[in-house]
Amino acid sequence: MKHVSMFRKEYAGRVLVSICGVLMILITLSIGAFLVYKGSATFTVFGHSLGDFFLSADFNPSDSASGPAGTVGAAIFIAGSLLTCGLALLIATPFSLAAAIFMSSISPRLGQTYLRPAIEIFVGIPSIVYGWTGLTVLSPFIRDLFHLPYGNTVFTASLVLALMIFPTITSVAADSLAAVPVSYQQAAYALGSTRWQLIWRVMLPAAGPGIGTGMILGLTRAFGEALAVSMVIGKTRAFPKNLFSSTSTLTSVIASNMGNTFDGTEYNSALWTMALLLLLISLFFIILTHLLARQGGGGKHGPS
Amino acid sequence: MKLKKVMGNAMAVTLMLASLTACSTSGTAATSTTTGGTTTAAATTTDVATTTAATTAETSASSAAVTSVAATTISNLSDSITGSGSSALLPLAQDAAEAFKTQYPDISVTLNAGGSGTGLKQVSDGSVDIGNSDVAAEDKLDADKAAELVDHKVAVVTMAAIVNNELSDSVKNLTKQQLIDIFTGKITNWNEVGGPDQAVLLVTRPDTSGTRALFTEYALDGNQESSDASYLETDNSGELLETVKSNPGAIGYLALSYLVNNQDVSTVAIDGVEPTLENTYNGSYPVWGYEHMYTKGEPSETVKAFIDFILSDTYASRIEAQGYGVTAKMTVSR
Repeated sequence: MKHVSMFRKEYAGRVLVSICGVLMILITLSIGAFLVYKGSATFTVFGHSLGDFFLSADFNPSDSASGPAGTVGAAIFIAGSLLTCGLALLIATPFSLAAAIFMSSISPRLGQTYLRPAIEIFVGIPSIVYGWTGLTVLSPFIRDLFHLPYGNTVFTASLVLALMIFPTITSVAADSLAAVPVSYQQAAYALGSTRWQLIWRVMLPAAGPGIGTGMILGLTRAFGEALAVSMVIGKTRAFPKNLFSSTSTLTSVIASNMGNTFDGTEYNSALWTMALLLLLISLFFIILTHLLARQGGGGKHGPS
Repeated sequence: MKLKKVMGNAMAVTLMLASLTACSTSGTAATSTTTGGTTTAAATTTDVATTTAATTAETSASSAAVTSVAATTISNLSDSITGSGSSALLPLAQDAAEAFKTQYPDISVTLNAGGSGTGLKQVSDGSVDIGNSDVAAEDKLDADKAAELVDHKVAVVTMAAIVNNELSDSVKNLTKQQLIDIFTGKITNWNEVGGPDQAVLLVTRPDTSGTRALFTEYALDGNQESSDASYLETDNSGELLETVKSNPGAIGYLALSYLVNNQDVSTVAIDGVEPTLENTYNGSYPVWGYEHMYTKGEPSETVKAFIDFILSDTYASRIEAQGYGVTAKMTVSR
């Protein structure tokens, strides 16, 4: 009897939580293993080299089981993804930082009651809504504003993406600004600094690693976004000539072709390789956030 | 700090999964289920009069694999049909499933989009009963796998070239050569074909799309669309329609089924022949193809009932009302 109650008191909950935790790890690992298995076929089964995939812009893989071999150069899509996501980060970060500073330092009451919930609603908007609004409203607007032949451009896609990653960066940055110890602020005031000097010289540097983490999480989100980007980037298979021309990204080419290609063909394998590349990119960013967190948390707080 | 790190980890995993699902969901974007008026449990009670309880119990528990065994033993068909594939055929298949259920209330039909490749793969490996496809199985599958599939040409789809409404008065007709020159990037301004001084903007579909394959083969005589010209690629026909509608100088192509009661864009005649169902039936308009429903081997009684229903004379008028062509009315064949 006593044994049973001990099980209820302690082990039942622990076992349940452990199973869930291990399950999450297993799912993540098996998705990774599956992507490696499917994505490596481009190199192992179809015999393309890494250079064929990463450096060539010639993408014309064969879409039938018996057809002749084609080419799998993904350089256009990789460049498109990097450019679009980098630009989105450049656009979103200043706004996110401003919103985070406003929320945490300038007007915490207004920020916490109105701004934060409003920003959280952004996260819940489905990406098809962003995409369709981008296609029907933003894209014609950009076209008319800059007198372009069409509005589906890298710039349009970056604007849509910036809007989508804005809440992620803002909330992480606001959290890390709020976590700056009060003693820092008191010290700064005691030394005679104004509120803006406190924010600019003390708060921002102290919250730096946290803000960096937010930016990287935002960038990861941008890389993975398929639908909204796909609808407004135009998906031209060429390197963009400037920010106001269209191109393709890794996610857009996967999204528009995966369902139409047959399992196991060269085309299908090339798409899986791109999916694997996306996974590796987000893995890289996640490791980067851990390094940043260690840098920011070390020393003062001891091992956490 | 500790809490923050845990949250960071959780967010990282969530984002990773989110980015993965974002890729995979596109394959199964649209899902619709049409269930019979009565549930399977209710069907069991009505069937008791004619069959043994054991048989119906087996029926209600049946998966696609045992469908043929169970279905042949009962006359009042009660079963489920699953299908996936072509998004061009999906609206028609969904409408047919709705109508079918009034005659066979105990059969539930579940249909998914996902693309022709998905449909062919899933019917070939037995995970669905019907694989919908815009393209012939022989074009995509190994010869031995394609040989296992039985083709049912349930409808004819006519593809029309469409232009932005600003061109509706000046570009009513193009010769096939003009069309080829436009899509291969030789003609870049509408004034070269009698239109206004306006740059041509091609709006196309991905090179794996069944719609594009059909248009390339029969409207462009196999000439591949230019990838250097000023063009935009769209994921589906709805997006293409929207892009052509909102960009002056745009030209694209889509199935007539998207143009029923739609004045947002204008169709273009090819060599003087309007893209209509009549012109498709009599063979004068060349850009059409079959919509296929593939089954692995001969279909089970339930699946056959569904396919026969779509091919029936009573349903033919509804096929035409949705902008598709009736296979039986074709005077030419491929």
